[in-house]
Amino acid sequence: MTIPFYVAPEQLVRDKAEFARKGIARGRSILAVDYANGVLLLAENPSTALHKISEVYDRIAFAGVGRYNEFETLRKAGIRQADLMGYLYSRDDVTAMGLATQFAQTMGIIFTRDPKPFEVELLLAEISEDGSEHRLFRVTYDGTLFDERNFVAIGGKSEELEAALADTWEAGLSLEDAFAAGVRAFRRAEGRDPEGWEAAVLDSANGRRAFRRIDVSEMPAVEDKGPSEGSDTV
Amino acid sequence: MDAPLPGSSFTDLLDSIGALPSITLPQGEKTPLAPEGTTVLALRYQGGVVMAGDRRATEGHLVAHRRIRKVFAADKFSAVAIAGTAGLAIDMVRLFQVELEHYEKIEGVRLSLDGKASFLARMVRDQLPLAFQGLGVVPMFAGYDEKEGHGRLYSFDVVGGRYEEIDFGSTGSGSRLAKSYLRTVYTEDIDAGRAADIAVRALVSASQEDTATGGPDLLRRIYPNVVRIDIDGFAELGEDEVGPLAEAAVESIR
Repeated sequence: MTIPFYVAPEQLVRDKAEFARKGIARGRSILAVDYANGVLLLAENPSTALHKISEVYDRIAFAGVGRYNEFETLRKAGIRQADLMGYLYSRDDVTAMGLATQFAQTMGIIFTRDPKPFEVELLLAEISEDGSEHRLFRVTYDGTLFDERNFVAIGGKSEELEAALADTWEAGLSLEDAFAAGVRAFRRAEGRDPEGWEAAVLDSANGRRAFRRIDVSEMPAVEDKGPSEGSDTV
Repeated sequence: MDAPLPGSSFTDLLDSIGALPSITLPQGEKTPLAPEGTTVLALRYQGGVVMAGDRRATEGHLVAHRRIRKVFAADKFSAVAIAGTAGLAIDMVRLFQVELEHYEKIEGVRLSLDGKASFLARMVRDQLPLAFQGLGVVPMFAGYDEKEGHGRLYSFDVVGGRYEEIDFGSTGSGSRLAKSYLRTVYTEDIDAGRAADIAVRALVSASQEDTATGGPDLLRRIYPNVVRIDIDGFAELGEDEVGPLAEAAVESIR
């Protein structure tokens, strides 16, 4: 029988965190940007079949980067949780805050208990009924929960994306302007033309179910993109 | 949240945590008196389907509710209408709505119209023991078939039998009267406006002889619920649209 080597908890956590970060860094990033009536979620996604952005509840959207099967498991668990709460109590009792803490708890437990942590980062967006108030949450691989304002990015290039957006974002953007700002931020952060978009909005104009996928070809910013000549031309 | 369940059905999810609504009456006890909904109907027109229901719920010989709703959006492209024990039926609709939305979110696509009707049939069949004790629920289902590009409607029986109708259908105590009216005026080339008009007239016709069916209450401004489902999805006709139809229908029998 072999006696397991002693590994200090600090070392264990460091190793797991590094492992998870590496996995997430390989994934393409996702951005959430506030605009006048809602929140835009924008992801670089070459696939048209596998979604990274999804509806969770009436005014709550979910996005995940990293391992597809892992964030897909979390996404479905979130939908189950939301639909159960809404059915057993009332639709108003389902909040992004409640879901985000559940996600944080689940991911925190998996990070400390399981040999392999989840290589995912999650984003939850929520708008109020009239669309005037927005909430953005980010949950990292170890279950840390962040409450964000105005815009947030997840994935390998999240810091670069947020830095790029900080220069261009302002309150009350139109959807088209928010989309253009997002596309610019991606070009600057990645230093190349992204290979395909996945976009969706939470917009109060859509009625009870505020989530709607967007056909990016109808967005002005992408139509006239041309060759990638510089970071600020879209 | 920690134990991911397989499957896309919300009903199965509820069942797995023991929260599926179910009641069993003790043998030999008298059936409790509960409000019942009465006449609902649906008919096809060129490009869609119209569904309508009166607003009365009865409890024995009494009017239990004057403005109950019996026609509901099931999802963006379908509607469900109910007759029978109101409390159970409304709960069935609520579960059905969540079921359809849950499937759509989990799978990323909507169920086919046929799939939705099959699921509703299963829900009706699950209520069969209660139907034997006088608490039956018989819905109608209608929607726009996105694949085939036209409206479709289904009626059900108390054991969960599902029957697709090609022209019109009705269920509830006034359904025979409504159907005899529809049989005399229905043609398949009608448009949405004409379909809504004859739907309201059929309900008024049923209310003339069936005491459990409420006619339009012009004094209190209580009009039938009329909905339409076409390529643009579900839309409910407002009071400003149904009101004149109801007034004309009442006027025509005066």
